[in-house]
Order: sequence, then structure tokens, then C-alpha cells
Amino acid sequence: MKSSVAVFKTLIFLAGLAPLLWLIYRFLNDDLTANPVEFLVHQSGFWGLVYLMVVLSVTPVRRFTRWNGVIKVRRMLGLFAFFYVFLHFSIYLFLDRELYWDEIIPDIVKRPYITLGFTAFLILAALALTSTRGWIRRLGRRWQKLHRLVYGAALLAVVHFWWLVKADIREPALFAVIWIGLMAARFKNAAGQQSKMKK
Amino acid sequence: MLIKNKERYTGREITSEKDYMRRRDFLKLSAWTLTAPALAPVRLFASDEDKNKYTALNAVRNKAMSIGEKPNSWTEITTYNNFYEFGTDKSAPSRNSRAFKPRPWSVAIDGLCDKPGHYQLEDLIPAKKLEERVYSLRCVEAWSMVIPWIGVPLKNILLKAQPRSTARFVEFTSVYRPSEMPGQRAHILDWPYMEGLRLDEALHPLTFLAVGVYGRVLPNQNGAPLRLVVPWKYGFKSIKSIVRIRFTDTMPVSTWQRLAPGEYGFYANVNPEVDHPRWSQRRERRIGTFFKRETQLFNGYADEVGALYKNLDLEKWY
Ligand code: HEM
Repeated sequence: MKSSVAVFKTLIFLAGLAPLLWLIYRFLNDDLTANPVEFLVHQSGFWGLVYLMVVLSVTPVRRFTRWNGVIKVRRMLGLFAFFYVFLHFSIYLFLDRELYWDEIIPDIVKRPYITLGFTAFLILAALALTSTRGWIRRLGRRWQKLHRLVYGAALLAVVHFWWLVKADIREPALFAVIWIGLMAARFKNAAGQQSKMKK
Repeated sequence: MLIKNKERYTGREITSEKDYMRRRDFLKLSAWTLTAPALAPVRLFASDEDKNKYTALNAVRNKAMSIGEKPNSWTEITTYNNFYEFGTDKSAPSRNSRAFKPRPWSVAIDGLCDKPGHYQLEDLIPAKKLEERVYSLRCVEAWSMVIPWIGVPLKNILLKAQPRSTARFVEFTSVYRPSEMPGQRAHILDWPYMEGLRLDEALHPLTFLAVGVYGRVLPNQNGAPLRLVVPWKYGFKSIKSIVRIRFTDTMPVSTWQRLAPGEYGFYANVNPEVDHPRWSQRRERRIGTFFKRETQLFNGYADEVGALYKNLDLEKWY
């Protein structure tokens, strides 16, 4: 049992790393499209959102499979989500806006899609910071409450995506549907547990 | 029988074939748009040698009308395109436009003019009359490229139709062919794509009708077989795959303007002082260079076109 969890963890770790390795491979082949910075902003944002959705699906998957092993990779998945979002923000800051603060500050303050993305980033940063064993102990019951914010962060990220596309909303709409589905699964789950407890 | 059927399946129960197709395409395209940009490397399907697959055109460079910068590569120009008719990812047009048939092609020129007509492309723009112009193209998304176009001044074509004195604007329409243009099977924009210019803008010597690039006929993803090039305006004004040119006395509404009037105006002149609501236009990334550069008013053509807008509030008429 223990070793199967270890294998599972390794597989998830490799899956988390895969987009990064793929991007590095393409970088080495000079194949990051004609506009590498834009491509990297999009790729990192996209994978950040994908892994956020994957983290949110841990609980429904556990309920569905009745296998508690998935819980063991939740933190890792969350940290991968944060890793790609961090990459996204760094690329935006250094490569896209080239640290031109006359663009960055107005972006964050007056462009709603960036304001939302930035809020989501701050939330995820707080969650990543408090993801260690020490913080879990220190925060006690409040830890769980705090980490439920991940649902909000994911929603902000979806709206961020929705507002930034120029015309084609299909991709963000798909993420919105996934988010709603995962929320529904979560609430159904919570309700089910409560009725069980009453019995 | 028929009437009975009609009664039974009214309203929402019935899905018209068109809706059904649209829904199916929605699903198909979503799965595709999600995976394709991430997974398809550009180098696997494109290289500068691809140029040789296209018919060569003979044209002398018009140096007086060209900028001195080195053009972007063939691969850059032909794999990084905004042409939503073939998909919204930048690499989608180069991948999804192979089924498009740009020949034979005819163009209607009509509206307020004395000599309206339907022209075959070869008659409208004879191969002997072509010239090359190197322009920079500044996209509204804050990137730019240097492109060696081949074509003719739009003015030459427009004057042949003899516009009337009542004509004040020119409206352009792109082709509508959902069977060859997968992007048109979804309602992303209000197809067909439309654009417009003021008549004096359209008659300006810089305004160009391109049929080729880099000494070759236009690849499908670049707007084959003929497209507009207005170098002092954002790229979306330079409408592709034109089938109709119409003289009118009312200001045309362009496709992007209709979609988001607060973000895209009729003029769409390159202007570093007027931001897009969602991003700054102060700087641009020239494709192929690392650091951004300052964007120039009218994309550097202030001396040539400034007079057209002498009495225009550029903040209001963005
Ligand atoms: C949880 C945090 C975030 C997530 C999950 C996220 C996700 C995304 C996604 C999915 C895209 C679109 C990618 C595509 O088109 O394929 C995107 C684009 C973008 N994001 Fe974020 N983002 C986040 C935070 C931020 C922050 C903090 C900033 C900057 C302060 C930012 C700036 C941008 C920009 C500039 C774009 C590209 C816009 C464009 O192409 O017009 N994002 N993001």
C-alpha cells in the first residue's frame, strides 16, 4: 500500500512537471512561436488554471473512488498550481511588462481582469506559504477555512481569463463549466456527509 | 401528418440542423482549442523554405514608400496570424487554412460610384502592375512586424470605379465560407468580417491592396488572395480575403467595433497616448526582438497622414 502511494506520488510529480519540461524542450528547439513572451504568459496561465481545477477535483475523486490516497497528492498539486501561476506573474512582470511600472501599476489598479488575477495570485501565495506542516499545526481548525479560499481563487482566475479574451470565450467558458461542476460535486459531497452524520 | 408532427415538436424540443452543427462545433472546437496551442510545435509544420511552395510574383520595391528595417522572417509572418476565420490561436490560421481556395476569385466594387463592377482578381490587379512595399504592421495587441507586401495602391483600384461626390466612406467585406473556414462555424465574431475607411483615407497613397508577401502570392493565413494594408492603423483594419468594396455616404461599422464599441473604434489609428481599455498602447514588441520599443503616433507616419486628422479629437475618435 505504502509503495503504491509512493508510485502514485511520483507519477503526479512527473505530471505536474510535464508542462514545464515541454516548454523547456520547445525553448531549446527555438520553438516558442514568433512571440515567445506572449506564448509563455498564455501557457503558464493556462497550466496554472488547469492544476487549480485538478486540485479542486481531489475531494470529488476521493469520494468517487473511495481511495484516500489521492489526498496525499493534494498539497503537491496545489503547489504546482501556484508554481505555474507564479511563473505566469513573473513572466508578466519581467518579460511582458519589462518592469515598466507606469504600465504595471495602472494594470493592477484599473484593469479589472488584472485586478482579479492579482487577487487570485495573492490568495494562492498565502495558501502556498501556509501549506507546511508547521502552519497546519499552528492554524488548527482555521487552516481548513483558510484553504477553502482556493475555490474563490479558482473562480477569480476563471473570470480573469473570461475578461481578457477578445472575442472567443469558449475556453474560459469551458473552465467556468468545470468550476461549477466541481463546486456542485463538493456541495453534494458535504451534504451527503452531513446526512450520514445525522443518522 | 406533417401538421401533427409540427404540433408535437414545437419550440425548444427541436434543434435545427444549423444549431446542432453549431453546438457540435462548439464542443469539437473547445477540445481542440484547449489542446492544440499547447501541444503543436510550430517548427514541425513550418519553415522558411515553405516559401518556395508559393507562386513567385514579380515586383520592384518602391523604396520611397518603404521603411528601412529588416523584414521579419517568412515563418514569423506566416505562422503568427490573427485571422479568426481560421481559429483564434495565433498558430491556428497556418494550420487550419489549407482547405481554403483563394482561386478563382472575384471582387464586387459597387455602391456610390459610376462604374460598379464584378472583377476577376487577375483583371482587377494585373501581375504587371505590382510593386513591393515594406511596412510595419502594428497589431492592437501591442506587437508589430515588418512585412514586405506586394500589391498596388488601393487608390488605383478605387478611382477606376469613379466614386461619386456623395461617396464619403469605403466599406470592405471579407469572404464568408464556413465550409473552408472552420472559425466561421462558431459564432466568435459577426461573420462576415467587415471594415471601413473614410474615402480620403482609402485614397491615401500609403493605403495598399496586397496580393503577395516576400515575393510570393499571399498564403491563405495572410489573407489570400487579396487584403488591405493600412500601415498607420491597427492591424485589424487591414481586412483579409476581400470580396466586396462598396462606396457609401454613411460611416461603416466594423466587425470589432460592433463587438466591443468601447474597445475598438472606427478609426483605430495607432496612438501611444490612447490606451485600449485593457492594456497600454505605449509600447510594442517587435516580433523577433527581445525588448519592447516605444510606439509611434500613426505608427511612424505622422508626417504623411497627420493632416487627415487635423480637426479630429483622437481620444474620442479612437
Ligand atoms: C491564479 C492566478 C492566475 C491564473 C490562474 C491566471 C490564468 C490565466 C490564463 C488561463 C490566461 C489565458 C491564457 C490563454 O490565453 O491561453 C491568462 C492570461 C493573462 N494573465 Fe493571468 N492568471 C492569473 C494571475 C495573473 C496575474 C497576477 C497577472 C498580472 C498581474 C496576470 C496577467 C495575465 C496577462 C497579462 C494575460 C494575457 C492577456 C492577454 O493575452 O491579453 N494573470 N492568465
